[in-house]
Amino acid sequence: MRAVDLRRIMLALAAPLLAVLVAFAVTSIVLLLAGDPVAQVWQQLLTSPPPRLVVGIINGAVVYYISAIAVAIGFRMNLFNIGVDGQYRVAAFAAAVFAGQGWLPGGLNILVALVIAMITGALWAGIAAWLKVQRGVSEVISTIMLNSIATGLVAYLLGRVAVRAQGSNATSTREIPEASRMPGFALVAGTPNKVYALILLAVLVGVAYWMVLNKTRFGYDLRATGRSESAAVASGVNVRRMVLISMLLSGGVAGLVGMPLLFGEDFAYGDTVQSGLGFAGIAVALLGRNHPVGIAFAALLWSYLDQQSNGLQIKVGVAPEIVLIIQGVIVLAVVIAYEVVRRAGLAMERARVARELAAAKPAPPNREGASV
Amino acid sequence: MSAAGLRVDSTVVTAPPPRRRLSGRAIVLLAIAAVFGVATLRVVTGADDIASSGALAAAIGLAVPIGLAGLGGLWSERAGVVNIGLEGMMILGTWGAGFFGYFYGPWAGLLGALVLGMFGGAIHALATVVFGVDHIVSGVAINIIGFGVAKYLAARAFTGLPGGGPTQSPPLKPLPVLTVPWLSPALGDLEGEHIFFVSDLAGILRALVTEMSVVTLIAIALVVLTSLVLWRTAFGLRLRSCGESPVAAETLGVNVYRYKFIAVLISGGLAGLGGGYLALVAANIFRDGQTGGRGYIGLAAMIFGNWRPGGLVGGSALFGYTDAIQLRGGGTVVHALLLFLAVLILGIGLWQLLRRRRVVQGVLAIAAGVLVALWYLVTETVPDEFAGTTPYVATLLVLAFASQRLRMPAADGQPYRKGEAQ
Repeated sequence: MRAVDLRRIMLALAAPLLAVLVAFAVTSIVLLLAGDPVAQVWQQLLTSPPPRLVVGIINGAVVYYISAIAVAIGFRMNLFNIGVDGQYRVAAFAAAVFAGQGWLPGGLNILVALVIAMITGALWAGIAAWLKVQRGVSEVISTIMLNSIATGLVAYLLGRVAVRAQGSNATSTREIPEASRMPGFALVAGTPNKVYALILLAVLVGVAYWMVLNKTRFGYDLRATGRSESAAVASGVNVRRMVLISMLLSGGVAGLVGMPLLFGEDFAYGDTVQSGLGFAGIAVALLGRNHPVGIAFAALLWSYLDQQSNGLQIKVGVAPEIVLIIQGVIVLAVVIAYEVVRRAGLAMERARVARELAAAKPAPPNREGASV
Repeated sequence: MSAAGLRVDSTVVTAPPPRRRLSGRAIVLLAIAAVFGVATLRVVTGADDIASSGALAAAIGLAVPIGLAGLGGLWSERAGVVNIGLEGMMILGTWGAGFFGYFYGPWAGLLGALVLGMFGGAIHALATVVFGVDHIVSGVAINIIGFGVAKYLAARAFTGLPGGGPTQSPPLKPLPVLTVPWLSPALGDLEGEHIFFVSDLAGILRALVTEMSVVTLIAIALVVLTSLVLWRTAFGLRLRSCGESPVAAETLGVNVYRYKFIAVLISGGLAGLGGGYLALVAANIFRDGQTGGRGYIGLAAMIFGNWRPGGLVGGSALFGYTDAIQLRGGGTVVHALLLFLAVLILGIGLWQLLRRRRVVQGVLAIAAGVLVALWYLVTETVPDEFAGTTPYVATLLVLAFASQRLRMPAADGQPYRKGEAQ
């Protein structure tokens, strides 16, 4: 048994390694074809980042992590929540408006704002959930539409409540009072930049995700539904209710995506707010195989590539978008590699069983029924 | 994880509703009714842009790329491969059109868009057909790759060219446009009279005979061709059988892998052409982020069209139309649509209440209809930010009303492995 387990671990590690190698090769070929300096690009991407960038990498990863967990909740039961992007923007806006009013003192203000963000995100995802459960609309399409609608809605509401920052054209919500800001921890030596305090929130979300999925009946039902819907129905799972709840949960977590940025860096929701975090979350969740620890590594890798690409234009004269190609190829290569490895594992398992059966005495035909 | 996702049966249907295909006459009658409705809406609300030939020409311009992307989705999904990577293939197409269009002329640009789109399709086919990975996962990856490749190559190819830059190509030479002489100005005069129904019809016809891009004609030809190939040839039957029951197809000697591969390749090419239209015809320039999610919308249009070419054209037209009138008329025109929506919801509410005896749904729908009607009466215009979301809201509403009558290919989205039990 032990040897088999070891082999399994080797197989599990083989896939991501293979994917990174493929991404390395494909990107090098693209660079070669386009006539860019291959060696220098890799040198720039693979130098160890200065402390300032390390903080940037961690902070970026915190946001990607929460986003990916939100996506992963849906993935685990075959729901494709592409709407994380819209959900976090609507939620971050609502939370920013509330926190900016400063009705509540310091920490309480933050706590209630977080709850508001979760509720708003869940409600926005709830539209897609309702459409799926009641009207049979695929969540893939409805969440994509809701992303665009969220853009319009937030732009409209921002126009209503915005205050104009002095000396700039950017509009944003009212700034959060000093007492409710969380500048973060100086974890990395050698730079004044700080790691978001809400990194703790990301850890909390990761732990909660693992606990709910693996230690509760709800989590079991959710995974069962994802594996085999018919089997889940047969064992008494109410699939419609599960779709509704998991979509709401996914939206709730999605609502938290913008929070580290809001309380640690921006302190207001403006028209310069970062978009596309939800789409990155899909890729990170895929890369991390929907596992809370795997997603953490994937988020770090994603953020590392992001930050390291910033120097490409200045130092090597290559468009930093090459990193997008690397990221895309990694995702594709990872899923292909897992599929190949899974099949290789199956083949090995079959071979092992066949060997063991051959080693044992060939059973007479009439005993076959008993052994099945 | 299977790309087909989770299917929830939302209503218990005791007997399948009679499914009739619309006959030619019914379609003509429906079209006349639609023109009549639009004419009425124009007269009642006074929003002239609802049926102007300018708005309709814009609608065609907006519908063509969506329709091409949707057609791409149709090929792929009819063969059982879900293609959410249409967006990425479209983006590749815009770059191909920009690069080849600038260096080798507009026709080469169109070809370049086709080839680059097919390249995206080839990646999708490699991942889904050869390696059998989840279709949606592969599509998402292709969207990332397409986005990145276009940005990277644009910066590489267009920086330093006159009028070009890292995010856009130099202006491209236009492709020819066609106008029918005599007929076009005559219809224009008739349209100017603002006669109920007649002018509206003239406006529609004028949009069809004035400055029509050759690519639009190609797109229309491709829809007809697709319909003929997929539904009238042995090749099409085999291709569709791969989407319905690949195992059965395999037992009858169809090389399922090959058919799926070809379908996804064609799918990518069509999506690329859609991107080419955006760069070569709609904008005369390659610009970063030009597709703006049209690949996804094409997919929605195809689903709305029940995985059929005719329905797909209807879906794209609906989307192009709502987008065009909000772009041209802004909030005022969208405001006029509110009246239509109110009447529609009220009608559905009454139907639920009287014919189907569903009291709760009926009352809820009527209440919603009254609310929308109030919104129409109390306000003068819809804020521009909301007006911009019209096409998306329209798509959502249509899907919400129509989804239950849709039927996708039976094996759509299921990875198929030769010789493995499903």
